[in-house]
Amino acid sequence: MNKLVKLFTKESSLIPLMAILLGLLFGALVMIMGGYNPIIAYASLFKKVFGDLYNFGETIRQITPLIFTGLSVAFAFRTGLFNIGAEGQFVMGSLGAVIIGTQLSLPWYIHAPLAILVGALFGGIWGGIAGYLKAKRGVHEVITTIMLNWISLYFSNYIIANYLREPGQQHSEMIKPTASISLLNWLSEAFGYNARLHWGTIIALIAAFIFFIILWKTKQGYELRAVGFNPHASEYAGMNVNRNIINAMFIGGVFAGLGGAVEILGVFNYQTIAAGFPGYGFDGIAVALIGANTPVGVILASILFGSLTYGAPGMKFGAGVPIEVIRVVIASVIFFVAASGIVTYILSLFKRKKKEVL
Amino acid sequence: MMNDINYVVEMRNITKRFPGIIANDHISFKVRKGEIHALLGENGAGKSTLMNVLFGLYQPEEGQILINEKEVKITDPNVANDLGIGMVHQHFMLVENFTVTENIILGSEPKKGLKINYQEARKTVTALSEKYGLKVNPDAKIEDISVGMQQRVEILKTLYRGADILIFDEPTAVLTPQEILELADIMNNLVNEEKSIILITHKLKEIMEIANSVTIIRRGRVIDSLLVQDTNPDELASKMVGREVTFGVEKKEASPGNNILEVANIFVKDYRGVQLLNGISLEVKEGEILGIAGVDGNGQSELIDVITGLRNADGGKVLLKGNDITNHTPRYITEAGVSHIPEDRHKRGLILDFTVGENMVMETYFYPDYQTNHLLDYQKINQHAEKLIEEFDVRTPSVNTLARALSGGNQQKAIIAREVDKDPDLLIAAQPTRGLDVGAIEFIHRRLVEQRDKGKAVLLISLEVDEILSLSDRIAVIYEGQIVGIVNPKETTEQELGLMMAGAAKQEGAIHHE
Amino acid sequence: MKKVLLLILVLTLAMSTLLVGCGADKETADGQGAKIGMVTDVGGINDNSFNQSAWEGLQRLEKDLGDKVNIDNAESTKATDYIPNLNQFISANWDLTWGIGFLMGEDVKKVADQNPDAKLAIIDSFVDAPNVASVTFKEHEGSFLVGVVAGLMTKSNKIGFVGGMDIPVIKRFEAGFKAGVKAVKPDAEIAINYTGAFDKSDLGKAAASTMYDQGVDIIFHASGSTGDGVFNEASDRKSAGNNVWVIGVDKDQAIIFGDEITLTSMMKRVDEAIYQVSKDLVEGNFKAGLVELGLKENGVGLPENNPNIPADVLKKVEEYKEKIVSGEIEVPAE
Repeated sequence: MNKLVKLFTKESSLIPLMAILLGLLFGALVMIMGGYNPIIAYASLFKKVFGDLYNFGETIRQITPLIFTGLSVAFAFRTGLFNIGAEGQFVMGSLGAVIIGTQLSLPWYIHAPLAILVGALFGGIWGGIAGYLKAKRGVHEVITTIMLNWISLYFSNYIIANYLREPGQQHSEMIKPTASISLLNWLSEAFGYNARLHWGTIIALIAAFIFFIILWKTKQGYELRAVGFNPHASEYAGMNVNRNIINAMFIGGVFAGLGGAVEILGVFNYQTIAAGFPGYGFDGIAVALIGANTPVGVILASILFGSLTYGAPGMKFGAGVPIEVIRVVIASVIFFVAASGIVTYILSLFKRKKKEVL
Repeated sequence: MMNDINYVVEMRNITKRFPGIIANDHISFKVRKGEIHALLGENGAGKSTLMNVLFGLYQPEEGQILINEKEVKITDPNVANDLGIGMVHQHFMLVENFTVTENIILGSEPKKGLKINYQEARKTVTALSEKYGLKVNPDAKIEDISVGMQQRVEILKTLYRGADILIFDEPTAVLTPQEILELADIMNNLVNEEKSIILITHKLKEIMEIANSVTIIRRGRVIDSLLVQDTNPDELASKMVGREVTFGVEKKEASPGNNILEVANIFVKDYRGVQLLNGISLEVKEGEILGIAGVDGNGQSELIDVITGLRNADGGKVLLKGNDITNHTPRYITEAGVSHIPEDRHKRGLILDFTVGENMVMETYFYPDYQTNHLLDYQKINQHAEKLIEEFDVRTPSVNTLARALSGGNQQKAIIAREVDKDPDLLIAAQPTRGLDVGAIEFIHRRLVEQRDKGKAVLLISLEVDEILSLSDRIAVIYEGQIVGIVNPKETTEQELGLMMAGAAKQEGAIHHE
Repeated sequence: MKKVLLLILVLTLAMSTLLVGCGADKETADGQGAKIGMVTDVGGINDNSFNQSAWEGLQRLEKDLGDKVNIDNAESTKATDYIPNLNQFISANWDLTWGIGFLMGEDVKKVADQNPDAKLAIIDSFVDAPNVASVTFKEHEGSFLVGVVAGLMTKSNKIGFVGGMDIPVIKRFEAGFKAGVKAVKPDAEIAINYTGAFDKSDLGKAAASTMYDQGVDIIFHASGSTGDGVFNEASDRKSAGNNVWVIGVDKDQAIIFGDEITLTSMMKRVDEAIYQVSKDLVEGNFKAGLVELGLKENGVGLPENNPNIPADVLKKVEEYKEKIVSGEIEVPAE
């Protein structure tokens, strides 16, 4: 028990907790200024996220893709690369999964894993292209990944519209049931439970564990981190810096691609001809930053991010707070978490005070 | 001068604490008008802290500062400037693509209406430069002038702001022997014009040659304050380190064997097509230290990069024990038996954000010795690191400390431990003691000689002529990407080496020495 | 510092208790009256198009019926939001939940199957379920009429059509419009551009710019808020002295974008449809199944005021309208 108290009073965990609290407090002020009741609003938010099993399940569904894209961005960060392309890698992962899911007929124990694998591979290749261009041609990965995002969007729209389209619809055909990783049918039949849960959440947690193993337990990870901290020293030590850049972007892409694949196989069962990005890749940047690029951090940040975005409509529904104000509230929570420097400063003021009193 | 009790700076009982240490413990320190006063101490002794207090960057917890015998409070560097205190930093603070004049007036530009009066500024700068013999071209761009010249621009900057008391922070660390001599002349010109100089250094030789008085600091306290004429290098060294220090390296006669490294006719161009290595050839035998002497930028770095595989040669061959290793990968070359202590330990030698343990296996992390079930085994890695730490006396709280947290000397020891432990056939040591204090230098020199005595080939590159002279069994002088002569250290002088380094071939045809 | 923080906290709490009366907790506040919710698609509630039109229909109902009805909406930002947003109303036992737009068809079907006791309704798509009312429009009929207007009024003999997504609903706009133009101007050229989005006004502006450059002088857009860009481009051209026009969609867009550039609009009375179906529910007459609204039912058509259309053209439009209503002309839907 003492350990638990210590864990939460340790500065590393105190800061994010304080940051969330400060963000909520600031959000409350904004709501009061707008004439809304923050207590009811926050209660509605909480109720929307944890209030019943259905919504709780849907929150988990919302969190899952964020873990994948967060890991993707964090992995590249660890190697000193800024992967803005998780969005495109996510879309490519979806495309890979939907191609396998719709075009092949296989037993389920091969079909679903194969669709996930191909999705991961598509995402990985998409990231790897940016890595290759950086390593061999010196093109900055921020530029290439942004461009690749758009290419992936229109490329997948083209493939779906011309080869996979369900007639008269704005999306692909349904994937075969053997490729589905959704738990919905089973849960729905057994318990009448309708949240769109799927195996992808488990895969996300495994991915976070693999993230840890690769970076901290393998030779490859040692090299990736070394290159991230100091490419000159890595070169001196005999590591192939360029190959590591490609590998890092490939592995980062695999994480995002996995996210795209499980979103298709677990939630939609088809891919839409999308006008814009789903936004998980960009949210992944924030998640990685808030999570300090560690696997546990990414999971926690995804939970925060996912809960806030999923719970936001609850504030509108429950307390009548307009969506614009809700966005201010959510943004301020994230702002305080991201700008942990401010929180550290406020905490230091507390400490100084304590010292003076003593 | 003895009777002159006109103190321009007097610091009384200065105490400055940082969390965990007392950087300055009741330090008292006086500088007479018109003298060069050296502040001597090892790295971390508290010299820089004291000068930062004087320059207004730190506020002391206790003590007083008197400037020209009036008590003052120096709350920030602007106050210091107003009091006539100027600092010539070790790392220059210059805008690379501005001219000399623009850099000097930056922050206190002479105005003509709303416009900057360049004519006026240029005139002032030229006048100052002539008065003190600085010979600076006011219109040259910083990026086009040598390091020595840049330092003079820093000096001019302080003079332009009306400084009477100049603090020089390790000014010779970046200079060639010739430039050091010229700097000494400049300092003399300055004191002749009634300026006072505080010289922060850990080089005894410079103090003996340049300074009038010296204050020695050890672990935050003043050990002694002396007139240079009343002391000698041995006394200063033992006061600085706190024990007897041996100068010059004691070593047996070398017994060189077969060639380990042969460099034959190597050419390297940079991307603009400028020849950096111009057909350089040399060899290093087992059981000898070959020192390469030369002014910075004559191809030393490129030579090492080619030998270690960090850079491709455009022509020529590198042989290790007769095997061709030209343009192979760094990994191939280290595995073939080459160890390399890089010249820039922060850029190449260490990954500062890795732990000491991780740094100790930078080139060997993939060995089966450090794996269990194909995963890295940190227990094994750390055991290995602990062994090296003990063997090489690396002072670190633990193997899990980040390399960043270690002092420069201990970082260098860690690198040497790692490189020597690989039991190489060829050990390349590039500027192995740069920026280190006497104690660490002594340790590293002993280790290099020890490797030689074990029959290894050692290739030493250093900009410090003293170091080259005292360690090497043979000296190769590099100039503009070529070896211009090979001399026996016992038969040469610093002057002769200096001339060769400046491009003059050895008189008695040393090129045919081999 | 600590005190200041504490003070802020206390003030926040104090003020929130004071304000409890203002911000009403809707889930529990008033139990009487029918509760009707609607879920927008990713276009959002202020899309100047059918989401907004739908909401206006509900607002009008609330105004007309007063206490007898409570309304609310939920905006979707991602496609994954549709189901939770629909479920939000259904799990709170709201009486009717609207899904606005074709894109929500599959999700409305899923939710309807999972909640056989709940009542749902959808616009622009037919959902075959015993508890869903589907409303679709004969957009091709209304589009035919604006096609007649465009055909009679073009000077360059070049006319443009900007579509949102390439989906059946929008295809109906295109087909009817083309038929209308050809009926009065068989030799007119018609440029077609699908931007692929209902919420990207930059794409709309780009498409319009290309068309006007090709000499098109009238563009009919059926592209949600992507069309804002079409109007924007037309406005730029108009101020540069070019005589170009836009035909609006869904609502009378002259009200928003002005008579200077809005020739007329193909009104799709989403508001009217929502109003009627919702009113039926309040009065206990909710009927599942498909309702198709065309010219005859006043579900599509031109606005009442058309200051930019000469009387003879309006007369022609009126003639065609009668022929369509009477069945004399069958407008193609694709």
